[in-house]
Amino acid sequence: MSNSDNLPGNLKYTASHEWINKETDGTIAIGITQHAQELLGDMVFVESPAVGRQLKAKEECAVAESVKAAADIYAPVTGVVVAINSELGDTPEKINTDPYSAWIFKMKPDNAADVDALMDAAAYQTLVDSEAH
Amino acid sequence: MAQANLERAVYTATEGAHEFIRNLSGKEDRWGEADIFCLAFFIFLKEYCMTLKQTPLNAAHRAMGAKMVDFGGWDMPLHYGSQLDEHHLVRRDAGMFDVSHMRVVDMSGEGVRDFLRYLLANNVDKLQSSGKALYSCLLRPDGGVIDDLIVYFMNEMWFRIVVNAGTADNDIAWMIEQATVRAPQLQITSRNDLAMIAVQGPHAAAKLWQALPEAQKLAEGLKPFNAVECNSMFIARTGYTGEDGFEIILPATAAPSFWQTLNDAGVKPIGLGARDTLRLEAGMNLYGHDMDETINPLEAGLAWTVDLVSERDFIGKAALVTKPKTRKLVGLVLQDRGVLRDHQVVHSSHGDGEITSGSFSPTLNQSIALARVPSAVQIGDMVQVAIRDKMLAAKVVKYPFVRNGKGLI
Repeated sequence: MSNSDNLPGNLKYTASHEWINKETDGTIAIGITQHAQELLGDMVFVESPAVGRQLKAKEECAVAESVKAAADIYAPVTGVVVAINSELGDTPEKINTDPYSAWIFKMKPDNAADVDALMDAAAYQTLVDSEAH
Repeated sequence: MAQANLERAVYTATEGAHEFIRNLSGKEDRWGEADIFCLAFFIFLKEYCMTLKQTPLNAAHRAMGAKMVDFGGWDMPLHYGSQLDEHHLVRRDAGMFDVSHMRVVDMSGEGVRDFLRYLLANNVDKLQSSGKALYSCLLRPDGGVIDDLIVYFMNEMWFRIVVNAGTADNDIAWMIEQATVRAPQLQITSRNDLAMIAVQGPHAAAKLWQALPEAQKLAEGLKPFNAVECNSMFIARTGYTGEDGFEIILPATAAPSFWQTLNDAGVKPIGLGARDTLRLEAGMNLYGHDMDETINPLEAGLAWTVDLVSERDFIGKAALVTKPKTRKLVGLVLQDRGVLRDHQVVHSSHGDGEITSGSFSPTLNQSIALARVPSAVQIGDMVQVAIRDKMLAAKVVKYPFVRNGKGLI
């Protein structure tokens, strides 16, 4: 799996295979990684959290369903949901074709330092490589 | 004595670990003087069992970029890139499946028809012309389904049966057990030397003739559920997709080159992922999901395969006749967004049921399922399905959902 990755260096990552992008307005965008979409296969449905919902770090808050399986998506940090990507309602396959553009929801973190403490690309790559063995 | 037995056991194990386990359990005295060998052997056996079984096409799948998965102990292709694309390809054009993990069992000898009349829930007397096929359940005396299978009548001395991969060893043991009592003269042969490739889709026939011109004359007139032998190949107009197509049984050694020839004729490989969504749309049961040993065929939508009309007695008949039928299999179409999955609970005004096979239908672009529900539930009813923390509405429908490329819902 690792050969297809070329992980974006500007993103943060979680052990549950979400990526996190720090937006310029202080919010974060969350999606699932190339590795995760590859494991899940063709996406057919995304269930997003409601805007305004308070989330704790590692709380289950969204679901990505492929033809074959449903995968939970977890809040990377504690904060509030500020936006969902409604475009994925009609085109969930964007998660397959361009996983790092297909954000699922955005949060305003309670504490910006929590985001900085998440894994960087190198650490996530190590994790993915270790899961492959 | 012990040494001789050990050698025989090692030989058997290399033929198939399950074979060995059955032999071992049947012969209690086998290890009397060979405990030390026994221990070493079990370590060997454990290693053997943990290795996934491979079909003759394993290398071909990998070369074609398949994502391989452990499918009931077999190393099989899930998809070759996109399960959705593969699904649509079979509905609109043609595709090929490696189904070599399924087992061919040849039953031969005097009185084979008579034995099958007793062994199978469907009536092999429906098979009168050579090559004709019949779908049937293999039942326990209590009516539970041991397996579902296709039986082909070749001649009065030979019937061919194709059974599921995961149940094959158990099926054969059951057949032998029954034959020992009722028809000891029969030969029951597990054809581990054969492979099976399915070519399915509206253009399956045209592409098969291109790949196998010598078969066209013999096989193009085949009606659905009929088979013909062509040199070393056994060509049946059967399948598991709801499309026209063929299942071709051939020597394992010939499978890789035939697979390549089909590919050269423009037939793309299709993984087990699409095989499952295709069969679900076609409303075809999957053993272990829609029925098993605890479910009888009348509760699994398979009453049409059980002959309760003729005088014929068969294993399971008495139980089916006397048991009250309280549940039935229906189709569901989800009315909301989401995906129905196996084991989700179905709430109806007549009581609860359960989804036995649920997925996303690529052809209908919505989620569908087979569900076992109380018998009083009617086509057209609305039910509620528990999906995570939500209750979503689903409509009860008659299945199949799709046939020959067209949605029926």
